Amino acid sequence: MSARRLVGLETEYGIIRPAMPQANSTVLSAQIVDAYAQLVRDSGSDARAARWDYSDESPLADARGHAVDRALAHPSQLTDSEPTLGDCAVWTAESIALDGNDARVGDTLYQEKDATDVVMNMVLGNGARLYVDHAHPEYSSPEVTSPRAAVLWDHAGDEVMRRAAATAATLGSGELLLYKNNTDNKSVSYGSHENYLVPREVDFSALVRGLTAFFATRQIFCGAGRVGRGMLGRGAEFQISQRADFFEAEVGLETTINRPIINTRDEPHANWDKYRRLHVIIGDANLGQISTLLRVGTTNLVLSLIEAGMSPKLELADPVAALQQISHDPSLRTTVALRGGRRLTAIQIQRSYLEAAESFCAQRDLQDPDTTEILRRWRDILDTLERDPLEAAAQVDWVAKYKLMKSFTERHSVGFDDARVALMDLQWADLRLDKGLYYRMASRGLIETIFSQAEINAAVDHPPEDTRAYLRGMTLQRYAPYVVAANWDVLSFSVPGARKVSRFHMPEPLAGSRAQVGELFDAELEIAEFIEQLARRR
Amino acid sequence: MTQENFSARRETQAQALEAEQVQANTTGTSAGVDDLLDEIDSVLESNAEEFVRGFVQKGGQ
Repeated sequence: MSARRLVGLETEYGIIRPAMPQANSTVLSAQIVDAYAQLVRDSGSDARAARWDYSDESPLADARGHAVDRALAHPSQLTDSEPTLGDCAVWTAESIALDGNDARVGDTLYQEKDATDVVMNMVLGNGARLYVDHAHPEYSSPEVTSPRAAVLWDHAGDEVMRRAAATAATLGSGELLLYKNNTDNKSVSYGSHENYLVPREVDFSALVRGLTAFFATRQIFCGAGRVGRGMLGRGAEFQISQRADFFEAEVGLETTINRPIINTRDEPHANWDKYRRLHVIIGDANLGQISTLLRVGTTNLVLSLIEAGMSPKLELADPVAALQQISHDPSLRTTVALRGGRRLTAIQIQRSYLEAAESFCAQRDLQDPDTTEILRRWRDILDTLERDPLEAAAQVDWVAKYKLMKSFTERHSVGFDDARVALMDLQWADLRLDKGLYYRMASRGLIETIFSQAEINAAVDHPPEDTRAYLRGMTLQRYAPYVVAANWDVLSFSVPGARKVSRFHMPEPLAGSRAQVGELFDAELEIAEFIEQLARRR
Repeated sequence: MTQENFSARRETQAQALEAEQVQANTTGTSAGVDDLLDEIDSVLESNAEEFVRGFVQKGGQ
């Protein structure tokens, strides 16, 4: 009941092989995941990638109380089955360039590699999942309990991707470039989803009522910025959000077509009777740590308001139109219509949520450091954006990007239609520290950060200590050879000499913390003893 | 004092300290952007138009 809550963030990264522009993106993504698996194997530990266990997934369950018929679902909704490399059973130069072009690759290590040996999906020692999602490599962070930890383990994913790309190059995949963005500006968008644990007793319609106006407007402090309009990126006007123009519905189950502001996927990956997992698909991927911090922290507070029945009663007349109108105006002066005819700016709508959160926290005397920090930052950023949006460049991704582009166009007396501006839009999100424009700005001290690269590197190797991610990550670090499969809420072990696989369920996301199971790892038990002790603590 | 209280206080102090440091870091922002623009030609990929055209993705969530 504060800015703290169980949260996990997912990022699908854009991927290209510049030397082979038509390369099959599923194969490139598999090369990234497989390269990371090799890196883990070669790093000295005997950790192997654990196979992902799909048996508890139900992507077609709808939070409104029904399920979609499998036969009627879009193929991309079937995320509960193992992805395959399709026609490219063997990674040859030809299959990598499946879409057909005349680029040539030399001999690669993958030429003889059977796709059945390729790792497409793995669980990491920090409790995260790394896998091929459709045509993108995806990192899903381990479960954390504070906005700061959400930032840290989300940004650890960027580092995982950087290391994977560097390894892939040494393995002969050529130079693979990864981008933490959400569109190719040519009709395609890919997501960065947030997951929030919510008690099952919270009525889903209350979530829809409480969140819609908040989600349409929070982009002003966590949008990533984009040049171009509509799904095709026409024109050269700057807008606040990468994702806004790809949304078409208010509420729905889909995530790849007819995208809704509120997604109804009902797949808690935890005790179904107790929990919902609110699956938020509207956000942009953020490189800036403060944008991520605010995105998660303010959403946590608004969920607390909804649970307490204290969310502001703000109903947008047309939420999808409002989302896009706000995104299209970097001056932040645009007003959007509420039901009943009143018009408000995004800043005014956000202030209503902030004030409700402030009085809620004052009423309950909530003074933990996370809640205090998020309330302070939320108020500060709205004040700054109201004064002059460009003053928020150190904290807000879209503003930093906009400021750089604006200075560039003024210096060279060109418009936003200059080809280099389109390139800046893309290269902003390049994950290479020496090439990515976000990182170049950050290294000049122009961006506020709360974590150093050393801290981010540590989060690549270590799980959060206060959730079941600790048990998952540590198990992978210590007992990987015996873990035959794993997912968010199950670990499956195969013990030498045992006839059956033992499955350990983790229906409580907060169980399995260091406080609860740390001593099992400290004791350095043999695998059979470890499983037995673990089972006793169930 | 419990361990939890102790770390909570330490975190609060760290968070307050960072807030002060940031103010120092972000003054002179325009000069920093200018410096970055001075070198941007060497950072940007060559042949902007072609590079952007080559960035084609397949569907995602």
